[in-house]
Amino acid sequence: MNDTATETLSVVVEREIPFPPEKIWRALTQPHLIEEWLMKNDFKPVVDHRFNLRADWGAVDCQVLAIEPNKTLSYTWAAYGLESVVTWTLTPTRTGTRLRMEQSGFRPDQQQAFHGARFGWQKFLAKLDQVLAQAA
Amino acid sequence: MPKAHDVLFRTLADPTRRALFERLCREGEQTVGALTARSGVSQPAVSKHLGVLKQARLVRDRHEGRQTHYSAQLGALAPLIDWTSQMAGFWQSRFDHLEDLLKRMDQ
Repeated sequence: MNDTATETLSVVVEREIPFPPEKIWRALTQPHLIEEWLMKNDFKPVVDHRFNLRADWGAVDCQVLAIEPNKTLSYTWAAYGLESVVTWTLTPTRTGTRLRMEQSGFRPDQQQAFHGARFGWQKFLAKLDQVLAQAA
Repeated sequence: MPKAHDVLFRTLADPTRRALFERLCREGEQTVGALTARSGVSQPAVSKHLGVLKQARLVRDRHEGRQTHYSAQLGALAPLIDWTSQMAGFWQSRFDHLEDLLKRMDQ
């Protein structure tokens, strides 16, 4: 194949949010609030704490790696053999907070595990049908 | 479009072949006989389709006694998938939910 198997991929999403870091921190670290925007969970803001994020398509296994209140939060993210690390960074700005999420550490050869899993398969096959219909 | 895409598209463009591949993806390893029973085409036709899928590395065969078992090789689809953009889409939508929640939350 090629040499890219040793490279890692990452996804970064960054957004300016018109609320102070303290408020965003609560949404990122309180289980009943996390559930409202991400998934059901048993998160605790304690380093080394293991927790799950649960959705109808399955669960994500996580472990807290680092916590600095109102500034940074990082945890592992493992689903269907796909291992990665999610890191949240909160930076105060004049009007609120710059919120940055980086999910990193995947290798391209782990894409197979991710896509072989239930998550996304139906959607993927539906998309493939569309692509093939357009190509025909 | 890269050559790897051409082979995959050509291989999966045939509806019967695609149905066989999708069944192996959903239901796991199966014999030619089991695949034929529900495919609506003859066993030689199924074997021929499986041969084309195998050439495209979409399936792998395993011989056991007189039976040949086929299984899907999902890794062959990797060139078609832009994984990072899918995950980025997931997080973008979570950020939207997070912002909605922040608007509803007390100070």
